[in-house]
Amino acid sequence: MSARDLFVYCLIMATVTYLIRVLPLILINKKIENKFIQSFLHYMPYAVLSALVIPSIFISTGSYLSGVLGFVVAFAMSMRGRGLFTVAVFTCLFVFIVDSILCLI
Amino acid sequence: MQTNVDTIHSCKPQQYSFKNGIKDGMPIALGYLSVSFSFGILASSLGIPAFFSVLISMTNLTSAGQFAGIGLMVASASFVEMVLTQFVINIRYSLMSVSLSQKIDPSTTFLSKLAIAFFVTDEIFVVASNKENEISKKYMYGLGVLPLFAWSFGTFLGAISGDFLPATLCVSLGIALHAMFIAIVVPVAKKCKPVAIISVISVVISCVLNFTPVTCNISNGFVIIICAVLSSAIGALLFPISEKEESL
Repeated sequence: MSARDLFVYCLIMATVTYLIRVLPLILINKKIENKFIQSFLHYMPYAVLSALVIPSIFISTGSYLSGVLGFVVAFAMSMRGRGLFTVAVFTCLFVFIVDSILCLI
Repeated sequence: MQTNVDTIHSCKPQQYSFKNGIKDGMPIALGYLSVSFSFGILASSLGIPAFFSVLISMTNLTSAGQFAGIGLMVASASFVEMVLTQFVINIRYSLMSVSLSQKIDPSTTFLSKLAIAFFVTDEIFVVASNKENEISKKYMYGLGVLPLFAWSFGTFLGAISGDFLPATLCVSLGIALHAMFIAIVVPVAKKCKPVAIISVISVVISCVLNFTPVTCNISNGFVIIICAVLSSAIGALLFPISEKEESL
């Protein structure tokens, strides 16, 4: 791989990715009136998010066990109304402890 | 008197500031640090110089696309292949941009939109669209800046040294993003039954696609698109929102 090739690859990746992101944002300037599309867009973030979490959370850590337990902890904390940052930090710490213990066994 | 003034102020529709954005971006940055760290390690193990790994992270700000991208680079793939792969993996961002176009302050200028678009990632999109009111460009800049920094810095750390952090600590940071997503969706699902139902539908589709022999070969980007489109469409048909509910 020459430096020139790497530059071109990088340029292609960045350009394609950016165009995908920017075109809808600059082309759609009006409020969408259609009820179906409005509802669709309203629900989409939560659908994206749920699909991002499951099943990949279970393999996101050092072991299945810590992944599953991490999910339970994050879910329980969220049910009790804890904020994003608190949930993220505590879940990380918890998973770290579980995986450290598993390493010792 | 002071409390009266405060009450009056809090009745106005809240404009989210740069500072609000920074605060909301912190958990995203935390998660990005570990993912980009792995990206840096992988890139350097494939023989890509640290400078290029960081350049890729700074200009792309996307995980799946970058991992696939460096794979293609070392395989000396054609430029057309690179274009197509990036398109397929990242096309989901266009859905998110459509959604954001309805959410950002209508007075946002063309140039600001050009800048905001750069920050459209799964995580930043989800956090931004979860805000109750319209979002300003300042908020978006604040929300994007730490994740971008973390993404680039994590790549740098990973690229220069594979064993900079204890492995277990690095690995456990990987769950930060997932935990944050859960913290976003659960409170909304608790309040709003349709959101809970749509989330469950999306999870079911995601599991089916991931664990069925043939469909498990579908790229992650496409799995997300299929889940998002199907379950939101079902949701929109079953539970069309009324004007009143829109700010839920």
